[in-house]
Amino acid sequence: MLVPLEHVIALSAVIFGIGVVGAVTRRNVIVILMSIELMLNAVNLAFVGFSRAWANPTGQVFVLMVITVAAAEVAVGLGIVLSLFRNRDSVDVEEVSLLKW
Amino acid sequence: MSAGAVLFYVFAGMTILASLGMVLNVRNTVASAMSLVVAMISLGAIYVLLDAYLVAAIQIMVYAGAIVVLFLFVVMLLNLRTDVFPVTRSRLPKLLGIAASGWGLFAFLKLLHGTLPAVSPAPEGFGGFRELGKALFTSYVLPFEATSFLLLAAIVGAVILAKRRID
Amino acid sequence: MPDLGVILKLLFMVVVVMAALLPVITWVERKQSAVMQDRIGANRADILGIRVLGLLHPLADVLKLFGKEDVVPEGANRFMHLLAPVIALVPGIITLAVVPFAGVYDFGSGPVSMVAADVDWGMLYVFAVGSIATYGTVIAGWSSNSNWGLLGSLRGSAQMISYEVTMGLSLVGLFMCFNSLKLQEIAQAQDMTFRVFGFLEAFGFVHALPRWLSFVKLPLWGILLQPLGFILFLTCIMAENKRPPFDVPEGESEIIAGYHMEYSGMRFGLFYTAEFLEIPVIGMIVATLFLGGWTIPWLSTQKIIGGLTGELGVGAATGLCLILHVLSFLLKVIVMIWLQMQIRWTLPRFRYDQVMDLCWKIMLPLSLANVFVTGIAILVVQRLLR
Repeated sequence: MLVPLEHVIALSAVIFGIGVVGAVTRRNVIVILMSIELMLNAVNLAFVGFSRAWANPTGQVFVLMVITVAAAEVAVGLGIVLSLFRNRDSVDVEEVSLLKW
Repeated sequence: MSAGAVLFYVFAGMTILASLGMVLNVRNTVASAMSLVVAMISLGAIYVLLDAYLVAAIQIMVYAGAIVVLFLFVVMLLNLRTDVFPVTRSRLPKLLGIAASGWGLFAFLKLLHGTLPAVSPAPEGFGGFRELGKALFTSYVLPFEATSFLLLAAIVGAVILAKRRID
Repeated sequence: MPDLGVILKLLFMVVVVMAALLPVITWVERKQSAVMQDRIGANRADILGIRVLGLLHPLADVLKLFGKEDVVPEGANRFMHLLAPVIALVPGIITLAVVPFAGVYDFGSGPVSMVAADVDWGMLYVFAVGSIATYGTVIAGWSSNSNWGLLGSLRGSAQMISYEVTMGLSLVGLFMCFNSLKLQEIAQAQDMTFRVFGFLEAFGFVHALPRWLSFVKLPLWGILLQPLGFILFLTCIMAENKRPPFDVPEGESEIIAGYHMEYSGMRFGLFYTAEFLEIPVIGMIVATLFLGGWTIPWLSTQKIIGGLTGELGVGAATGLCLILHVLSFLLKVIVMIWLQMQIRWTLPRFRYDQVMDLCWKIMLPLSLANVFVTGIAILVVQRLLR
């Protein structure tokens, strides 16, 4: 393997952290969705790293499943964003806080 | 350090910069999406360096080539403008946050060091489409077929959610 | 230090295609359309009074484009506006890395394959890179801050991502037949011939084929194994690259120039180059997959090298074979370019809903049916040949 496994996992952790920051901090629903995609990508990287380290193709099969699920989730999520925009005329997540105490 | 390792670190740096660009870019949603594309493509390159060829091709085809296009589609359709970043009054929480996450990453890496099993060499044809195709259609055929149902449900859901009400 | 062989092969592809073919293709477009429409076409460009049938017009075009003012509309996003033509152009160029322009030869130190990047998953690379080209269209229209641009951009991106799906599916039958995703292997597999009436023997109608019938041989080309796949793939890849008759995103009579309306000067020149670069790239991919690539129809590589070795020696014979194969490849690419020009200047432009209907309602079911029928046919043939 080209680089030590720890480096791959470290990169995956860093990208996951950046995704979490984006999902928690931003107010734009679309950027939140994109941060979730980034988190899923970080997990994919960890899977691929481990799959290569232990020469087991199961990790890569799982990555294919994760990519499929991510695609489905993006489609439905963006449909929700479209409905949200039609009803509220904004994609600011602070403005859909009716149920907040 | 071999050329492959240098390339790995270059692409790793590019991924981190692009993801930071995506998250920190307040003015422009389209610029965030394009940074996400750069991050996905550099991740695809890292997958190639990790011998996962089919996954890399699918990452670029599906993720960078279709999912983010869908994001851009919605942004263009809704003609979205700028965003407002929540304003914190002082710098101390930010600095504390960065210090805490830096320490967290360091502790995580220390925990990781030496606890991972040894790396085995990769057999010939590892990560190619033949191996993965065989695995997908023999051992993992049930999840594979289940994802087709998942995608059907997602298609129906997305069409219904995005339809205009005719009343 | 990168391999010298790879650099040479890349240079060959880039120099031959971009420097030599591209200007000629713009000239071919003008002259072929002129001949088809019974007029003379552009023939006024000259250097010091020497006109060469209008072959200097590409040079005149380039000089004109360089001389124009570079306009960026007010309120447009400057960085994206600059970035979009580059994103549109680069995927076309890097697709050339996996196209084989000649076969595998042994010059004494092991087999050398005439591809810049001979990867096992060549066609997946082509699909992946082709899906990046979508961003050129998307960003161009959006960053122009104009209504027509946005409309063209939306139409273009929807069309491109729809046709990517069918493009991949229409080739699945071909991959099943040739059992590989590597373009060099697919081209090599088309190097042989098959007896046309062999099915009589296989199905048991005759005990053994008479000699005179077994002489009727056809090359094992993709277009003969997958005729429907050829038609579907050609249509899809022309629609993916927004070639007329699928050029709704840049519909010249409807939305003015669509997504590249706000571009002028050499930035438009980049879009122009991207569109005209796709023509030989489409030609090369279709030629490699369906028309036998660099192979010469009834002369397989062994026959050529074997036949010439007696007179020239092995090294020179292999070199001559290489040159013949490259010429054969270029000839097929030229035929495909001609075909695309013919289609462009014959068919009127589709309406946008017709374009999307064609993809999802006609070509997707047809390509799925193609996969089905090909699978059954392969099983039957394998059972018979046992």
